[in-house]
Amino acid sequence: MEDVITTPLESQEYFINMGPQHPSTHGVLRLVLSLDGEIIRKVEPHIGYIHRSIEKMCEHDSYQQIVHLTDRMDYLSCHINNEAVCLGVEMGLQLEVPERVKVIRTIIGELTRLSSHQLWWGVMGMDLGAITTFLYGFRDREMITDIFEETCGARLTMNYNVPGGLMFDIHPNFQKRTKDFITHFKKKLPEYDDLLSNNVIFRQRTMGIGKLSKADAISFGVTGPSGRASGFSCDVRKHHPYSAYDKVQFKEILRTEGDCFARYQCRIDEMWESVSIIEQLIDNIPEGPFKAPTKAAIKLPKGEFYQKVETARGEFGVYIISEGQKSPYRLKFRSPGFSNLSALNHMAQGCKIADLVAIMSTIDLVIPDIDR
Amino acid sequence: MTIDTMDNDSLKDFILQRVPDAEIVQGTQYLQASVPAEKTRSLLTELKANPQTSFDYLFCQTGVDWPQHMEVVYHLKSTTLNHMVVIKAKINSRENPEIDTVCDLYRTAEFHEREIFDLYGIVFKNHPDLRRLLLTDDWVGYPMRKDYVDPVNMIAY
Repeated sequence: MEDVITTPLESQEYFINMGPQHPSTHGVLRLVLSLDGEIIRKVEPHIGYIHRSIEKMCEHDSYQQIVHLTDRMDYLSCHINNEAVCLGVEMGLQLEVPERVKVIRTIIGELTRLSSHQLWWGVMGMDLGAITTFLYGFRDREMITDIFEETCGARLTMNYNVPGGLMFDIHPNFQKRTKDFITHFKKKLPEYDDLLSNNVIFRQRTMGIGKLSKADAISFGVTGPSGRASGFSCDVRKHHPYSAYDKVQFKEILRTEGDCFARYQCRIDEMWESVSIIEQLIDNIPEGPFKAPTKAAIKLPKGEFYQKVETARGEFGVYIISEGQKSPYRLKFRSPGFSNLSALNHMAQGCKIADLVAIMSTIDLVIPDIDR
Repeated sequence: MTIDTMDNDSLKDFILQRVPDAEIVQGTQYLQASVPAEKTRSLLTELKANPQTSFDYLFCQTGVDWPQHMEVVYHLKSTTLNHMVVIKAKINSRENPEIDTVCDLYRTAEFHEREIFDLYGIVFKNHPDLRRLLLTDDWVGYPMRKDYVDPVNMIAY
């Protein structure tokens, strides 16, 4: 047996398509994987399958109409997207909205973040083979969706924010049901840790996988929980407070590991912060009007307005260039998912093909947010 | 010695020293500096590398189609010093718009520049992989340009 093979077998790089229809891409995203065995050499995202050119449509729409288009992008952060456009328009008009509006917007925004993270947590488990988490996540999310349905009249694309305030006042049951939900969820959130966070299989599949350094996170513009897991302090609620975030106490969750588990843990910890923000505000909604008077046809003065907000995925920016008309001359949406996806190739290189699913789950992609 | 956040006046001086023909206006939020396209890359390199400015985070990059020229807008922030600035690269040709890439300085620009190329037709020189991003490879024209006519859409504005 002298002829034992001493050099490794020669390998050949090959390509496979993941998507556009694939359960773990959560939408129509196509990834062209360049593989060596099952080691990933390169991931090339192909996007645009549901590109609707929302930015071009905005150039012909009134500012009230634009608000309605934004919750068709990141549908899981729809309230926060709506709020971003409203705040941008209000900045242009130099309109001060009533205190009541600011507080309600903050509560609704945090409820949206919670419901988005609950859905993310459910599908994250499912992506890694645990169907149970999906049902747990949806059980709790259902309560938030019911609150939204009662107050906003819709369960997914709410269009609750309008320039100047809110479409209508909160439902009389809103405070009670929100408090009921918080009581319920504070008992259920530790279950999330029992099921996934402390699960040995889950930890082995996420710890040390898909690392992203702080410098790379800044360079790629990876924001939100994904960026903060790498130590990039990028919480817009802290750095550029809007609505009522300057009146509440909360921590910016920062971790340093930058791996899949850090991104996971960041979102879990963020849910506790959101619960705390809602608790601080829910009994302190000031009385007053729910909308500042605005003209039926809003014309912004000539100039540029950039409004950034923190959605469940990261920093969402609305860049309005106005020439003094009813429609913006140019409107750019800086979507967090777009920049986060651009780092996927960097994060996945050298990982196994099964790890790619974990990495994609922890950067929490929403495809309409990327394609716009 | 600690380095402080720069106020808009010193930022203005800093840019004018490097690019004397920059047109600088104070916008509603940020200082906006309009510079010729060929000087943008060297200015951004300096803004990123100099410890006084250290603009390390490009949080938004986009194109604008003006009647006489094209523009690439860079929104920059320093994560250590917390100041922000807007750099606008003015490209005079609408027929063959060209500008140097910055994707080796800010890797987020890899995707953003592909999107701007896709929608505005601005060519980023030395970009490693400049292809259409959102639209199909055989798409004709650049939809975000103001003079683009969509043959399929029957609603005329």
